[in-house]
Amino acid sequence: MLLIPCPFCGLRNEEEFTSGSEADRHRPADPIALDDQAWVAHLFERANPKGAVREWWWHGRGCRLWFVLERDTVTNAIKVVP
Amino acid sequence: MAARRYSIWSLIRNALAYHEGWARAWRAPEPKPAYDAIIIGGGGHGLATAYYLARDHGIANVAVLEKGWLGGGNTGRNTVTIRSNYLRDPSIRFYEHARRLYEEMSQELNFNVMFSRRGQIDLIQTWAKLRDARRRSLSMALVDAEYEIITPEEVKRRVPLVEIDPTARLPILAATWHPGAGIARHDAVAWGYARQADAAGVDIIQNCEVTGIRRDGGRVTGVETTRGPIAAPRIGVAVAGHAGVVAAMAGLRLPIETVPLQAFVSEPLKPVLDVILNCPALHVYLAQTDKGELIIGGAADGYTSYAQRGGLHVIEQSVATLIELMPRLKRVKMLRQWAGMIDLTYDTSPIISATPVDGLYLNVGWGSGGFKAIPASGEGFAHLLATGRPSPLIQPFGLDRFAQGRLVLETAGASNRE
Ligand SMILES: Cc1cc2nc3c(=O)[nH]c(=O)nc-3n(C[C@H](O)[C@H](O)[C@H](O)COP(=O)(O)OP(=O)(O)OC[C@H]3O[C@@H](n4cnc5c(N)ncnc54)[C@H](O)[C@@H]3O)c2cc1C
Ligand SMILES: [Zn+2]
Repeated sequence: MLLIPCPFCGLRNEEEFTSGSEADRHRPADPIALDDQAWVAHLFERANPKGAVREWWWHGRGCRLWFVLERDTVTNAIKVVP
Repeated sequence: MAARRYSIWSLIRNALAYHEGWARAWRAPEPKPAYDAIIIGGGGHGLATAYYLARDHGIANVAVLEKGWLGGGNTGRNTVTIRSNYLRDPSIRFYEHARRLYEEMSQELNFNVMFSRRGQIDLIQTWAKLRDARRRSLSMALVDAEYEIITPEEVKRRVPLVEIDPTARLPILAATWHPGAGIARHDAVAWGYARQADAAGVDIIQNCEVTGIRRDGGRVTGVETTRGPIAAPRIGVAVAGHAGVVAAMAGLRLPIETVPLQAFVSEPLKPVLDVILNCPALHVYLAQTDKGELIIGGAADGYTSYAQRGGLHVIEQSVATLIELMPRLKRVKMLRQWAGMIDLTYDTSPIISATPVDGLYLNVGWGSGGFKAIPASGEGFAHLLATGRPSPLIQPFGLDRFAQGRLVLETAGASNRE
């Protein structure tokens, strides 16, 4: 079980959180201009890295804050993003 | 180079010779500098593909490159449920074909894969699920696959362990009966395909990790490996949880996330369960192996990971629901627990497909449900690698479905988003 550092509540156990997947994926600025491949890239494709990932977490069963963490997907070591 | 046949006579002959005369089931060759095709990943899918390339297309100058040992990935970690009760027509057709191939696999491979047709019961605890079951049974009837709705009393008659108390938190409203479902020995499936592929001339190379994919003007030319470069004009990728990592070697991003999925087994018991019992609403399913262990699976962990382990709370949840359903299992001891890394696509259907890189083909995205698919996937992928075109059964599972909006949305897996 992961211990996840919520910026508001401190270290809490994983069961209180929901993973929100990779961070830094932004809604396209001009959706009308996108072709199908660009939509696929935005909607479906993931870097899915083996190693460091920046990702969203939601403290849904706590303070309900969304925040970004950096985690290593091999060791599960978590770094708080300043 | 045909494999020496296994039979009652070979068993007796070898027993009389103190079992000292058995030949190796496959060679351990050094990699050659070049092949007609390379398959990355020595799990069930990679090995089956090599076998069908040789059997159906006469292409045997093939290498299967495996970074660890055969079947050491998800193939050797799965809970071996083989069934075809999917939701969408293309899936039902594909998985029912695979299920039928399993029934004759031991004969086909001259290797006892211990396929055992148990039948599967899915418990229905919500009205939405009951409607879904009715729909599935009609869709499955279209391909002559049996899937019928049964009463809670019938469940109790077949599986006395299950409590059907109507005042329970989630009472059992009905169930489905899928008589064709079964289980098989996971390692044996990998070994059976490996032995016959090897006999046909395929080089199976273990401890050989692919570290790069060589390209020349948008075409693959070979791979870099920990045992040196190997050239080939066609490369098939069948690496399950590592799909994204290997695709990135060719500059591709996939609609896939890798997450842990756990399973565990109990101490061996006397026979208590002769069907596969699945409880989708509570996220737990189990079967009893020939050895007597209950083999139990549940939901996937909730985040991406390559750690090949999951959280204890996920298993605790499976155990809690199991005991709610079958209180008499309360004092059974659990023996082992493990996890695999499953490659989940957005629609939880697999990707068997050509790619934007010429000569590079994918057989990935099997998620929590690819063991049952191995024979049909191997057949289809071999066809794709040999001819460059998908066979009708695998055509719906192309990578282009995401751009064309032809998703094959399935909610039948253990890791589904129901
Ligand atoms: C706990 C659990 C329970 C499951 N239960 C079921 C079930 O009941 N029914 C069902 O149908 N399915 C089930 N599955 C899913 C099933 O196990 C998989 O879909 C299936 O085994 C995938 O087979 P594969 O050959 O594609 O992958 P794998 O067996 O994982 O083989 C891929 C191989 O590729 C190798 N590899 C990776 N990267 C490289 C590289 N760079 N170079 C060389 N080799 C590499 C790996 O070492 C691995 O051996 C379950 C999975 C898990 C984890
Ligand atoms: Zn919080």
